[in-house]
Parts: sequence; structure tokens; C-alpha cells
Amino acid sequence: MQVRTPRGNGRGRALDEPVAPTGLPIVCATVGVRRGTTQLLADISTTFAARTRTVIVGANGAGKSTLLRVLHGLVIPSSGSVMWGGRAQHPKRQAMVFQRPVLLRRSAAANIRYALDLAGIHGAEADARIREALAEVGLLPLADRPARVLSGGEQQRVALARAWALAPEVLFLDEPTASLDPAATRAVEHIIRDIHARGTAIVMASHNLAQARRLADDILFLHDGRLAERTSSSTFFSRPASALARAFLDDE
Amino acid sequence: MNTFTDSFSVAAGLVAHLDPRFLAIVDLSLRVSLAATVIAAAIGLPLGAAIAVGRFPGRQALTIVLNALMGLPPVVVGLVVYLLLSRAGPLGSFGVLFTPTAMVIAQTILIVPIIAALSRQIVSDAWAEYHEQLQSLGASTMRAALTLLWDTRYSLITVLLAGFGRAIAEVGAVMIVGGNIDGVTRVMTTTIALETSKGDLPLALALGVVLVTIVLTLNAGAHATREWARARFG
Repeated sequence: MQVRTPRGNGRGRALDEPVAPTGLPIVCATVGVRRGTTQLLADISTTFAARTRTVIVGANGAGKSTLLRVLHGLVIPSSGSVMWGGRAQHPKRQAMVFQRPVLLRRSAAANIRYALDLAGIHGAEADARIREALAEVGLLPLADRPARVLSGGEQQRVALARAWALAPEVLFLDEPTASLDPAATRAVEHIIRDIHARGTAIVMASHNLAQARRLADDILFLHDGRLAERTSSSTFFSRPASALARAFLDDE
Repeated sequence: MNTFTDSFSVAAGLVAHLDPRFLAIVDLSLRVSLAATVIAAAIGLPLGAAIAVGRFPGRQALTIVLNALMGLPPVVVGLVVYLLLSRAGPLGSFGVLFTPTAMVIAQTILIVPIIAALSRQIVSDAWAEYHEQLQSLGASTMRAALTLLWDTRYSLITVLLAGFGRAIAEVGAVMIVGGNIDGVTRVMTTTIALETSKGDLPLALALGVVLVTIVLTLNAGAHATREWARARFG
């Protein structure tokens, strides 16, 4: 099931492979999330393993973003449980990139430094990671530019560089290219492949099926807050098992 | 009626000749209100950020109270501080009544609610945008509050100005706790009130012109800083 892209890991030092204790796999058991009278997620039981690339697809309001937030510990399930590497406590070695990049009013490099500081990484180690991450996303020349005046695509690349620098075990992405043009989208997808090639598991929400086909090992199809189908990407796009998935693919 | 033209020439004369008594009054006004603004900022900014970011019982009520206190009448603040600092009052032993220190205390109390309430609004708006990302990065509530204060620093300049403007323009509180003593606690607003009651309208209005000019200049400077920062840092 695992697809490794050929490039990546070639440049620079070997980046920290995930060390024990690991926060993977993430195991959801009958997870439900309720907001007021709305059931956002219901009865989700599934697993996210190390190094895999899972793309969560589904219509707007299917619960894609909510599931990502549950997996990242930002939303506490109202029912069921999530275990990270056998532990109920949310692990630190995760990162998330949102649809709209949230950058602080400081330089691109300082934004990454801030994240590293919170992760307890300082000094020369932080300097090296910042340089490497910005080089990875092709923004080294803009390192000292104020992050918030960069273009939308560049801002999203800074957000990805920030995630790269943290060397997470798993990276969550919530529609990271939804507000980007095709060129910026290609750049972002390229970086996601590189991050995966370095050993990071990817869990991404997308309503762009072409993108899901390009990036996914596994497809997790949500319908109305429920897990309608989970299968390998090739199977999902050629012979979807559920009628709901067939209808969804036909609509798109 | 040429009170207005008179007053402008009087004002020009005061400024041109650097009249020492006039300069002392302007200097004291600026020092008292700046000191009050600095102290109020040290209290009000963290308080506003804490209410914006924190989740604790009574937070809603505190917001309502702070918003209401923005309209605190200066004479009431002056009276309360007077009672606290007077000989018989609980803080009478410090002997600061009718000194600039008392004026700073009164103005600080007057503008802490303004700075706290306005900064709460600004930080709260920023928090809505940032909180998932900061939570994702593992920032504690305290760290998030400090980060937001720093990130909204150019907007907060306007908040400090609002506080300073309120402090330097009020007359009721400093009149009561300062006593308007010539050469000791006489500031621009109390001088204006005094000269008006004495009938020296040109001098009163001249001081008014200077006061408005100072406030205008500061606001223009803050506005320029904000615009520059927005273009530079987004």
C-alpha cells in the first residue's frame, strides 16, 4: 500500500525519523462529534498508520474538517475515543496546515522560529531547520520578508515550511489548495510529496478529486458525517464499493 | 467678537516666546497623562488580552463591566481617589493628595477600562483568526495572549492614544485630586477652566488650541504609523 516517491531525503542531514514513543497509529473507535443539535460526525472507526497518505473526500459539510480536527486534538469527540499510538493523550509531533494560512506579523523565518520555539527547538538547531525548510519550499530568498505581505501561494508555502521544520510524524492538511491558483497548487502538492517522502504520514481533506487521485494512497470517503467507504485510491476511483461513493464520483 | 483671533495670537505668542510658566503647565500635563497611559497600558493590555483569550467564569460579566466603565465620569473618579488619599482616608498616610502622583493615579483609574475594553476587542478578533493555528502549534493560553498582543501592536497604538487622549483632555479628576495649585498641579485643562472663570478668554482658548494641537499631532503620528505598518507588515 505504501507508495514512496523517489526524491526527497536526499538533501542535507537525515531528518529525525519518528522516535519512540510514537503517536501513531491513530485509532478512532466509534467517534462522534455533536454541536448543539447537529451531528457533525457519527460512528467513525478507522486507523491511520505511519507513513501513509490518506485523503479524506466528501461533499461540503460531510465532516472532513471536523475529522481532521479530532485527529489533531483540536476537537474533543462527544462520543467514542481516539488513541494516538496506544495513548489517549494527544501527541506533540503533529502539525496542521489550514485552508487559509495563519501567519504571524513577522518575517517568514520568524514564523517558523516561533513554531520551533514552542516545540522546544532553539539555537543553531532551529537556525538549521529554518534554512532547510525555507529552501525546501523555495522561499529562502524571502526568509526575511514579512510573512503577511507574501502572495497567497507563498503564504501557504511558509505554512508548509513551518510544518516541515517541525518534522512531524503526521501532517494534517485541510483543503490546503482550495484558495490557490493552479501553479501554486502544483507547488503545494509537490511539497506535500516531499514531506511524505521524508517519512511523515499525510492526512488531507480535499474536495478536489483530481488532487486526491494524485496524492492519495488511501481514500476515506465521508458522507453526512459517516464513514461511507475507505479503500485504496486505485480501487476507489476505478470500482467504488458503495453506491454513495459511485454517486459522488458521478456528480464530480 | 475677536476672541478667536486674539486667542490664536496669544497662543502663537506663548509658543513663540516659550513662556516658562506656560511651558511648565504643558510639560506637567504631558508628563501626568503619559505616566497614566504607561501604567494603564501595563494593566489594561494584559487584562484585555486575558479576557479575550481566557475561558473563565465571569468573563462575560467582566466584559460588560469594562465596557460600562469606559464612560466613567472623571469627577466621580476624582472624588473616589480624593476620599482614598485624603488625610482621613485609607491611603492618607502616603500624603500624595494634591501632588502630580495623585493626578496620575486618578487618570490611570479613568483610562484602564478604556485600554482594557478596546484591547480586548482587538485581541478577541485576532484570536478568532489565530486560535486553531496557535493551539495546533501547542501555545499555552498565556503564550497565545502575549503573541496576539504583539501581533496586533499597531492596532493597539490607537488604543493607547484613545487612553492618552481621554487622560489629557479630562479636567474633573485632576482638578479634585490635584487642586490646581499654581506651579505644582496646574495642568492645561485646569488652567483653561480657571482662566475661563476669571474671564481671560484669549489665554484659556490659547491653551485650548495648544491642547488640541498636541492631541491632533499624536493622532496623526499614530495613524501614519499604522498605515506604514499595514503596508510593510500586512
